[in-house]
Amino acid sequence: MKLTEAFQLAVKNIKGNRMRTFLTMLGIIIGIAAVIVIVGLGNGMEKYMRDQFADMGTNTVAVNIMGRGSSRSVSETQMYALVAENSEYFDQISPTVSFSGTVKIATESPSSTAVTGVSEAYFDMKGYTVSSGRGLQYVDMEKRRTVCVVGSYLNSTYYGGNAVGQTIRLNGKSFLIVGVMAQETDGEMEEGGTDDCVFLPYSTAARMSYTGKINSYTLTVVDETQAAACVSIVEDYLYDIFSDDDAYRVISMAQMLDAMNAMINVMIGILAGIAAISLVVGGIGIMNIMLVSVTERTREIGIRKALGAKERYIMQQFVMEAATTSALGGVLGITVGYGLSSVATIIVTALMQENLTVSPSIGAVLGAFGISTCIGIVFGYLPAKKAARLNPIDALHYD
Amino acid sequence: MSALIEFQDVSKIYEMGESVVRAADRISMKIQKGEFVAIVGQSGSGKSTCMNIIGCLDVPTNGTYLLDGRDVGSLDKNQLAEIHNKMLGFIFQQYNLLPRLTLLENVEVPMMYAGVPKNDRRERAKVALEMVGLGSKINHRPAQLSGGQQQRVSIARALVGEPAVILADEPTGALDSHTGREVLSLLQQLHAAGNTVVLITHDNSIAVQAQRIIRLEDGRVIYDGDARTADAVVSSSLAGLGGGQ
Repeated sequence: MKLTEAFQLAVKNIKGNRMRTFLTMLGIIIGIAAVIVIVGLGNGMEKYMRDQFADMGTNTVAVNIMGRGSSRSVSETQMYALVAENSEYFDQISPTVSFSGTVKIATESPSSTAVTGVSEAYFDMKGYTVSSGRGLQYVDMEKRRTVCVVGSYLNSTYYGGNAVGQTIRLNGKSFLIVGVMAQETDGEMEEGGTDDCVFLPYSTAARMSYTGKINSYTLTVVDETQAAACVSIVEDYLYDIFSDDDAYRVISMAQMLDAMNAMINVMIGILAGIAAISLVVGGIGIMNIMLVSVTERTREIGIRKALGAKERYIMQQFVMEAATTSALGGVLGITVGYGLSSVATIIVTALMQENLTVSPSIGAVLGAFGISTCIGIVFGYLPAKKAARLNPIDALHYD
Repeated sequence: MSALIEFQDVSKIYEMGESVVRAADRISMKIQKGEFVAIVGQSGSGKSTCMNIIGCLDVPTNGTYLLDGRDVGSLDKNQLAEIHNKMLGFIFQQYNLLPRLTLLENVEVPMMYAGVPKNDRRERAKVALEMVGLGSKINHRPAQLSGGQQQRVSIARALVGEPAVILADEPTGALDSHTGREVLSLLQQLHAAGNTVVLITHDNSIAVQAQRIIRLEDGRVIYDGDARTADAVVSSSLAGLGGGQ
C-alpha cells in the first residue's frame, strides 16, 4: 500500500467524521493561531523598536557625566581630543545640553518642546537637514550667540511657516531663529514629537544652565558592530579621570537596541511557550480521539488484517490519519492566526496610536505547520500501535 | 502430491482458570486442492477453532498445520499477513464489508494490500462484482444492499485475489433460506470452477451441499467422508435435529 493511498483513506475517514475531526483539531487550531499571533506581535515590536532607535541613530553613543563632587571634571576640549585620538572608532562628537526652562513664542507658551544645546556637527550626526535658513555654525558656539534652529512643528504651528528671522524667548532671553529643520516624522507632526524642538548652540545653553557645565555628549561611531569597543574606550578614559564608574554612564544605542530586542525575544519566547502548551493539549486530544477511533474500528481492523494487511499498513493508516488531522488543524490555525494578526494590528494601532504591525514570519508559519504535523505523528503513534497489535480473531468478533 | 490443507494431531487447549477446554483434540485431516468440504458440528464442537487455525488467525497449541506444505506455526507476522492476502479468501457470516467504502473499493482492499496497481485492481474488482451479479451497483455502499447482496460482495472480495482456499464461515447464517441457497449455489459454482472451498456450518442441510463432510464433536472428528451417504447426516446423535433434506 502506498503512502498516497493511506492519505486518501485518511481523508475519507476525516470527511466521514467532520464534526468530531473539527473538535479534535480545535486545540491545534488555537495553539497554532496563538503562536502565530504572538510571534507576529514580537516581530512587530522588534521592528517598531528598530524604527524608534533608527530615529535616534543606532550609530550613536551617549555619554552622561554625573561627576564626583566638584574636584574633578572633564572638559569639552578633553572629550573632543578623545574623539580625535580615536578617529578609527569615532566619527563626530557633539555636546548635548538639555535646557529646562520656559519657552515663549509671542504670547504662547508651548510646554512640551524639547530644547537642546548642540554643536554645529549635531545635525550631520543625526541626519537632520535644514529646510530653510541655515544650521548652527562653529562661530555660533564660539561667540555664544543667541540664535537657534526650530523644528518643523513649531514653524508651521506658531510662525505660519515663516519662522526664519523671527524670535523665540527661552527663559526670558530672546533668540533669533536662523533656520528651520526639515520635517522628520512621517505623516502628521505632533506636539512633543521629534519635530517639536529647538536647537541652540551648546555654549549658550551651558551658560544659561544652573551649573554652567556640559554634562552629556553624543558621539557617532564609524562601525556599529564595534559599538562595544567604542563604549569601553570612553569608559576607560573617564575612569582614569574619576576613578569611579558611578560618575559617568556610556550607552551605545546599538547595544541598547540589542538589549531591548533580546528582552522582547525572551518575552515572546515565554509567551509562545505558554501558547505551545495548548499544542501539547491539542496533541493529547488527538491521541484520545484516535484511541476511541481504534476501539470503534476494531472490527474494521480485524477485517483488514484477515484480508492481508500487515501491521505496518494498519499503523501507517492510523498515524496518517492523526497526522492529516493535525496538519489540517495546523493549516486552519495558520489561517486563523493571520486573521487575528490583522485584527491585532488594528487594535494595537488604535490603542497605542503607534504604527505597530503584527506580522507573522514565514519561518513561524512553516514551523507551526511542521510542529502540528509532528504532533499528529507523535500522538497518533500510540493509538496506531494499539490498532496494529489487535488480535484479528478478537477484532473480528468485536461488536 | 501433498495435501493443500493438512492437520497433524492438531490440538487447541484453552485454560480458563481451573478448567481446561480442549477446543480441538488431536485432529488429523487432509483437504486436497479442488475439494468442497463442509466442516460441521454443533456449537462448542470445535469448528470455529478449526476455522481460525485453517485461516491462520490462530495457531494450534500442539500439532502441526501445513498449508500448501508450509508449517504455519513457523511463520512470522508479515508472512502470515501475506498468507491471508494471497492464499486465503474469507467469507464471514456477518459479511464484514467496510461500511465507508463502495462495493468496488471493498473488493479492491485485498489487492491493495497485495500491491496490485490501481487501474489493474479496479478492473479485476469490476469483473469479480459482475461475476456475482452486482456489476450495476459497484458505486453503492454496503448499507444500500440486502444481506444476500452483501454476502455476494464478500464472495467477490474473497475470490478476487485468486486464493488457494476459500474459507466460508457460516455464510448463510444471517440469510433467509432463499438467499442462502443462492449463496450456496455460488459457492458450488466456485468449486465447479476448480476452487478449493471450505465451508464451516452448524447446519446439516447446508453441509450436505458440499462434496465431503467433516463432522466434529467435542473437538474430535467423528465423521469424515462423502456428503451424500446417510452416515454423514446421522452419525451424530444430535445431528438429526438440524434436519436432512
